[in-house]
Amino acid sequence: MPDASRPMPGAASLLPLEISSLRYDVGEDRLIDNISLTIDSSGISVIMGANGAGKSLLLRLIHGLLRPSGGDVRWNGSALNLATRQRQALVFQKPVLMRRSVAANIDFVLKSRDGQDRQRRDQLLQEAGLYRQRQQPARLLSGGEQQKLALARALATEPEVLLLDEPCASIDSASTLQIENLLRQTRERGVKIILVTHDIGQARRLADDVVFIHAGRLREYQPAATFFDSPKSDEAGAYLQGRIVI
Amino acid sequence: MQDFSNAFGLAASLIFSADADLIEIIALSLRVSVSAVVLAALIGFPLGALTAVAHFPGRQTLTVTLNALMGLPPVVVGLLVYMALSRAGPLGWMGLLYSPTAMIIAQTILVAPIIAALSRQVIEDIHKEYDEQFRSLCIPAHRVMTALIWDSRYSLLTVMLAGFGRAIAEVGAVIIVGGNIDHLTRVMTTAIALETSKGDLALALALGFVLLILALSVNAAVYSLRASARRLSYA
Amino acid sequence: MKSRTRLAALLTLLSLFGDSHAVADSIIVQSTTSTANSGLYDYLLPLFKKDTGITVNVVAVGTGQAIKNARNCDGDVLLVHAKSAEQKFVVDGYGVSRHDLMYNDFVFVGPPTDSARIAGGRSAIDALSKISTHKARFASRGDNSGTHKKEMALWKKSAIDPTSASGSWYLETGSGMGATLNAAVGSGAYTMTDRATWISFKNKQDYSIQVEGDSELFNQYGIIMVNPEKCGQVNQAAARQFVDWMLSAKGQDAIAAYRLNGQQLFFPNAN
Repeated sequence: MPDASRPMPGAASLLPLEISSLRYDVGEDRLIDNISLTIDSSGISVIMGANGAGKSLLLRLIHGLLRPSGGDVRWNGSALNLATRQRQALVFQKPVLMRRSVAANIDFVLKSRDGQDRQRRDQLLQEAGLYRQRQQPARLLSGGEQQKLALARALATEPEVLLLDEPCASIDSASTLQIENLLRQTRERGVKIILVTHDIGQARRLADDVVFIHAGRLREYQPAATFFDSPKSDEAGAYLQGRIVI
Repeated sequence: MQDFSNAFGLAASLIFSADADLIEIIALSLRVSVSAVVLAALIGFPLGALTAVAHFPGRQTLTVTLNALMGLPPVVVGLLVYMALSRAGPLGWMGLLYSPTAMIIAQTILVAPIIAALSRQVIEDIHKEYDEQFRSLCIPAHRVMTALIWDSRYSLLTVMLAGFGRAIAEVGAVIIVGGNIDHLTRVMTTAIALETSKGDLALALALGFVLLILALSVNAAVYSLRASARRLSYA
Repeated sequence: MKSRTRLAALLTLLSLFGDSHAVADSIIVQSTTSTANSGLYDYLLPLFKKDTGITVNVVAVGTGQAIKNARNCDGDVLLVHAKSAEQKFVVDGYGVSRHDLMYNDFVFVGPPTDSARIAGGRSAIDALSKISTHKARFASRGDNSGTHKKEMALWKKSAIDPTSASGSWYLETGSGMGATLNAAVGSGAYTMTDRATWISFKNKQDYSIQVEGDSELFNQYGIIMVNPEKCGQVNQAAARQFVDWMLSAKGQDAIAAYRLNGQQLFFPNAN
């Protein structure tokens, strides 16, 4: 449920996300090939594609963790800088938790932003269903719990844009369900979400629109209903039918 | 050799009789070396974190220098500190030569490069793991360094142990700046050197055994601490 | 000046860990090792402290090192055994004045095999000649100490330059008397030592005194107060009290009274 006592972070201020002629090369290989794309919608945008399509790379380029070989990324007209980056948070496929307690992992982020706030921390842990485990060492949590903690930590930064890289790739279905619910709640609060997944089911459950990439190229960008009913590209069609595309 | 078997018995009787002189010497050894290691850690950890994380001109040079300084001979350190603290030296006015403080300074200089160089390796490893996450969270550099130091604290304890081993075992530096003065600056190693020079090899060796037991207990304590930390996945 | 106060603050902080020795009434004696290792100070200093309340901290190193340290003003009193070096120390202005304090003698010790056949002789020069002719191993301090200086003077008198054989039969340990004795005993070499160190030395094994009683082997100890005009930090009053006490009838009697294994090690001869 939206929390009325907190200001609704308006996604509008960072959007649109404008990606123009984006390239990323490693040696001779062009891993991201001339992608241009503008995302101006609220809700959940899902980046789909087969393994190796360049989804995670694209996400890192969008977030500014990697420097593009060419082209650029602009958030509401401004280039990636500390100010725009601080308003985003990224949840990695494999959570990197600190060698501290569950609560201390959240505290660390809170302290680096608005200052330590015990109430806020407890609220985040409760929302993630981790309040009971708050004193436990974070790295002894199960895979699903660790990912929920990573999500709670990302939300602790109060991002306007939340980026997720295959957050449910290797966790149990109960945790997946909880994470998806958390994402829906987060969407309700007006946070823009960009989710990388190759789980078609998850994409169908969550996506408001879909970016489909193949071999480093943008294949299509469609509202979710359109994409799943009648994909334009052959690759997307094949992917949705579960065929292997090379 | 008869001295060898005598030494065992002597070591045992020294320990069990709680010889007052011996206790004084052990206490001073611990005070000097533990203080030096703590001070060296205060210098070495930030330096290790800096060379592991930060990019600045001269970083390679600093890293290589720290590695090389690990092999600094204790006598050379002793000599340098002696020249600085001697009444004829630049810091002579402080009157610190032949005091435990002088010994702590010398051992700090001896141990700090070891702690810096070894902690750099430890912190580099954990930095590789945390780097992307921290960059994503836009954590400022100084907080990155303190977080890395804190999160590798149990591994750094082992690094301190290496420094402690060097400090407690060295004789070259403390004998020059401390002067091996009875009841003032005599520590285990200088006492061993003294008894050796008096030809009392059995007593010297017995003191050696006591030193070994001391080092073993400190090591055992740290390792058990680290083992329990590892169970919590904090190490 | 500012950085100096900052440094002072830092070092004061350090002192919390390792409090300094700057007790008001204490002095540092830069001393030769024989007087310390033989237990003489353990006997004398409590008596002195009872009389005066002054704590004496002894730094026991070779005579050469002791003089060098005192030249750096790192001591209040110098107690060594190399008369000409001591006189130079005073002439150069580092010492107030030099006083004879006590004496004993040097002896030659060696293994029972005695390959150079020196045992029972009374002449030091003779013994050295035999050792060099037989190329018998001889361990030298080689550290510019009082004993080393005496040994070199004796070689000079016998017109032999042993350093040309350094590393073959002539072994320069570059260490203190105790370490040199350990080296000699361990490698079957002869060596020259002061009698006090020899008597208190515990690793004699089968070694014994083979040459003694030559007047050339006389070993004089001197005592010097470090000059406060050269070294401002000398604890003048306490240093003077110590030197005076050692030279007084009371101090001299105490030196004579000290016995180890029933033997007198030092013979007072202050005038």
